[in-house]
Amino acid sequence: MELLRLATAGSVDDGKSTLIGRLLYDSKAIFEDQLEAVERVSRQRGDEYTDLALLTDGLRAEREQGITIDVAYRYFATPARKFIIADTPGHIQYTRNMVTGNSTADLTIVLVDARKGIVEQTRRHAFLASLLRVPHLLLCVNKMDLVGYDREVFESIREEFAAFASRLDVGDLSFIPISALQGDNVVQRSVNMPWYEGASLLHHLEQVYISSDRNLIDPRLPVQWVIRPQATSQPDYRGYAGRVAGGVFKPGDEVMVLPSGLTTTVAAIDMFGGPIEEAFPPMSVTVRLTDDVDVSRGDLLCRPMNQPTVGQDLDAMVAWMTERPLRPGDFLALKHTTRWVRAMVRDIHYRLDVNSLHRDESVTSLDLNDVGRVSLRVTQPLFYDSYRRNRQTGSFVLAAEDTNVTVGAGMLHGPD
Amino acid sequence: MGGQSPHLVNQCTTSSQGAGQRLDLPVMDRGRGIAGSGQYQLSQLQNIEAQSIHIIREVAAEFERPVLLFSGGKDSVVMLHLARKAFWPGRIPFPVMHIDTGHNFPEVLEFRDRFAEDLGVNLMVASVQESIDSGRATEESGPDPSRNRLQTRTLLDAITEHRFDAVFGGARRDEEKARAKERVYSFRDEFGQWDPKNQRPELWSLYNGRHRAGEHIRVFPLSDWTELDIWQYIADEAVDLPSIYYSHRRQVFRRDGMLLSVGPYVTPRDEEEVFEVSVRYRTVGDMTVTGAVESSSTSAEDIVLEVAASRLTERGATRADDRVSEASMEDRKREGYF
Repeated sequence: MELLRLATAGSVDDGKSTLIGRLLYDSKAIFEDQLEAVERVSRQRGDEYTDLALLTDGLRAEREQGITIDVAYRYFATPARKFIIADTPGHIQYTRNMVTGNSTADLTIVLVDARKGIVEQTRRHAFLASLLRVPHLLLCVNKMDLVGYDREVFESIREEFAAFASRLDVGDLSFIPISALQGDNVVQRSVNMPWYEGASLLHHLEQVYISSDRNLIDPRLPVQWVIRPQATSQPDYRGYAGRVAGGVFKPGDEVMVLPSGLTTTVAAIDMFGGPIEEAFPPMSVTVRLTDDVDVSRGDLLCRPMNQPTVGQDLDAMVAWMTERPLRPGDFLALKHTTRWVRAMVRDIHYRLDVNSLHRDESVTSLDLNDVGRVSLRVTQPLFYDSYRRNRQTGSFVLAAEDTNVTVGAGMLHGPD
Repeated sequence: MGGQSPHLVNQCTTSSQGAGQRLDLPVMDRGRGIAGSGQYQLSQLQNIEAQSIHIIREVAAEFERPVLLFSGGKDSVVMLHLARKAFWPGRIPFPVMHIDTGHNFPEVLEFRDRFAEDLGVNLMVASVQESIDSGRATEESGPDPSRNRLQTRTLLDAITEHRFDAVFGGARRDEEKARAKERVYSFRDEFGQWDPKNQRPELWSLYNGRHRAGEHIRVFPLSDWTELDIWQYIADEAVDLPSIYYSHRRQVFRRDGMLLSVGPYVTPRDEEEVFEVSVRYRTVGDMTVTGAVESSSTSAEDIVLEVAASRLTERGATRADDRVSEASMEDRKREGYF
């Protein structure tokens, strides 16, 4: 069984919580005691029908205000796949939450109300999914029941969105007309829309091809931890533990250690219990080397003929997530793969309007929920790839040096 | 899914994709095989296992004094098993700690000691009874008092005393609504409190464990695991568990719809009839608040089938501590609970 991580985005009242509630309910991921709790609350509030949206509102403040505050994670499975949903609210803290939810997603569902069509938030959500390079984007046109299941409505929304998406970097774009409330095209194909010949939403989620989304080309292993048992049974064991961030490693491969630049050979790749034949993303493994070279946490294993960019001057798109604005001259803590460094903001080139995609070059700072192109200088060289080539070695987070809070997320530009 | 490179072989049996069967329960895929036909694929269990090991290694590398909370319950057993894999063939580089309410099942305590000894980890026990005796915590009044909530005081005192800066917990996001919003690295202030409305954003696999002295981070490596995942993993990896997780005969009585075990801390009231039945436990908390379920499952494989067919959450079915109100977990978590 494969794992598919998906993120959902939608505006207020577009039925996102209802859709998730229905997916969970129809795939039997909702248990009777959870449903009873929801029915009880619905009755107390005097709702006309059981509000499946209540299934996803976890915190008291959310239930009281009827809104979703934070990213929530949901789980369900079919015989084909296990699904993890990062459910992100579309209204408050939208950039922060959506960037977070999309950062690990294989697929993003953007919901549109068929009566309203493409609105500002639709474009924003699609843009953020493309910024985070989610490989698959799925536009669900919801509430088709309220427009008489009219094909023309769906087609016109599809055309308008496709035109907009052509300006984005979207790998795979699909469209499905649904009614989350009535269940049309959610799990079963709808009998009300015979003109739609594609898959139901759940079938699409089960079938979408995700294996080629990882980088299997550029071998990268950021070292997390050095395993030295120093036991009499294993006097000389020395292994470099980490999670493969790209490419494939095999015993016998010639590898280069960064930053030292020394080359050696992979002697063995271990998992619990013994050696394995090869390692690829996202496996957690331990690599042994033939030569006794100095390797420590924060170093990176790659191939001599396939090295990442090594540098201290970074060029990145940064999503800013805190009230205090980001300004040139600011110092921040930056985490990239397995190392923390100190970063200074050299320049803010422009702010990208996430609704219009317009570049505003007059800005001198980035405010909460802004996205912009930023130059940084870091205290030690990083070994990185462009984010478009590798989401693991091309990303970083920024933390405030005084409060330690995570305040920004960066996607690196590289030579390619 | 042991370490002997099962990843490289396509051992998956194609599950039926017929329209009518799509919503059948996912029990036939043992989480072991490799989905699809392409190479370089991990099953979903291998995927979340790799993620958990990555998290555990990050914590060991970035914190001064981590500790892993180990109760002998299935989630903490799986977490400790993952820690063992993360550092193999080396030793687990941090101690484990049990918050002992004094109301634990004896079978679980016996298992706790044996499992820790087998792995060669340092087991610390923080006692709720000692917190009560020293006046740090006050026993609830009434018959059969629960010590569930008192654990928080003992836990926070132990964290302060030992200056732990990272505390591994086995909580899963699928357990409960408040937990669904929890981060993998969950920041706690100097009072040990969780502020659900002010959590650090958590992107990619880049965890931010930065904190000041006196603050700490709760770490949840099993965040993306479901109850079914835990049982499939226990079955696949032949992970050892306390005996009470499997079917056995027991003297019980019914209270608030739950089957409670007759024992030193739980006394049936006059109207509560005691009977013997085949039961097992889905969770192992305090004897006072943990209910058994009727079951004839004697193996992890049986339980995978049973869990897949269950229509109640494990906490809804078996935990009185979560039934107090809609928000009882949220409230306890804010105070610094697990």
